[in-house]
Amino acid sequence: MVVYGVALLAICMLTGVMAGDLLGTVLGIDANVGGVGIAMIMLVLLVDRLKQKNKLKEKSQEGLSFWSAMYIPIVVAMSAQQNVAGALEGGPMAILAGVLAVTASFALVPVLSNIGKGKPESFLNENKMDKAN
Amino acid sequence: MQDTIFAMFEDNSLVTAFAVVGITMYFSYFLSDKLTKGRLHGSAIAIILGLVLAYIGGVSTGGENGIADLQMFSGIGLMGGAMLRDLAIVATAFGASIEEIKKAGFTGILSLFMGIFVSFIIGVIVAFSFGYTDAASLTTIGGGAATYIVGPVVGGAVGASSEVIALSIAAGLVKSILVMIGTPFVAKYIGLDNPRSALVYGGLMGTTSGVAGGLAATDPKLVPYGAMTATFYTGLGCLLCPSILYFAVRAIIG
Repeated sequence: MVVYGVALLAICMLTGVMAGDLLGTVLGIDANVGGVGIAMIMLVLLVDRLKQKNKLKEKSQEGLSFWSAMYIPIVVAMSAQQNVAGALEGGPMAILAGVLAVTASFALVPVLSNIGKGKPESFLNENKMDKAN
Repeated sequence: MQDTIFAMFEDNSLVTAFAVVGITMYFSYFLSDKLTKGRLHGSAIAIILGLVLAYIGGVSTGGENGIADLQMFSGIGLMGGAMLRDLAIVATAFGASIEEIKKAGFTGILSLFMGIFVSFIIGVIVAFSFGYTDAASLTTIGGGAATYIVGPVVGGAVGASSEVIALSIAAGLVKSILVMIGTPFVAKYIGLDNPRSALVYGGLMGTTSGVAGGLAATDPKLVPYGAMTATFYTGLGCLLCPSILYFAVRAIIG
């Protein structure tokens, strides 16, 4: 059933958020420490396990893919309720942060591509096999 | 008559939000297709329109919740609120698989961590130089420099203000758009012409829409390699930024 997938997602999120809150309390700060990230890792591991055991039916997966597909629309709704009018004077800072982050990331592409260039990565071998077939 | 329609929208606010956002998305993808030939991804245009709506809402009501301050659009607040936002973000992990991580290998994982650290640090430095000195704001803007989704997630987790969250979305959006448009122009200078560099590029940039759009315009054959690493970026950012990176910022500024 579709709701099984949705429930799995909901349980992962609640557990992750709880773990994040707990971590915050333990560390003595008023923040949710990585809750969403923890929930994502949980979901990846659980889905992997369930698929291997063939316990995650097509219908249940639909419940997960629906919410995954709602991601961008929800981000649009999130953007539409921010205090943009109040933030406008910070605009140049936002643009500068974005531009510099992209520039630095572009510059790092050749640097990191050169690391371990000699040894072929597994994904490349697999791809060659695909082509051979 | 008009009042009855508005009242109907108010009574069904969340459903109204679905309709409004759906129409916005349709319009955005239409613009992306017709005006930019798909080069600027529809999702980026939709988020820009979202921010424009928030501005209009803010100016017309004087409130702090953008378009959601208008009664008939209050459902936008629920749809884009922290609860459903986090649910949808967690759901995106459904597309990722452990096999993919293994395939990406050491270089892919290194590029993911480097990508998040570098963007985050730049975001924090820029925010600091513009006069932000509290750890919550600095971390949120740093997260926004990673992606437009990490920023709000961090902002919600550490309790940043709505203005700062809006700025973090804007920073991520600038990054996403630049990656989409700029990639084909810089591709040959950064050696982006083989699967290995595409994998590294995906991990460093991290914005999935930007990476997919940028690689498609450069060489469509490279898209799956970039996507392989980029898929994990937001998740890793949501894990690292509100935790160790937040602590690091707190430790440094005291």
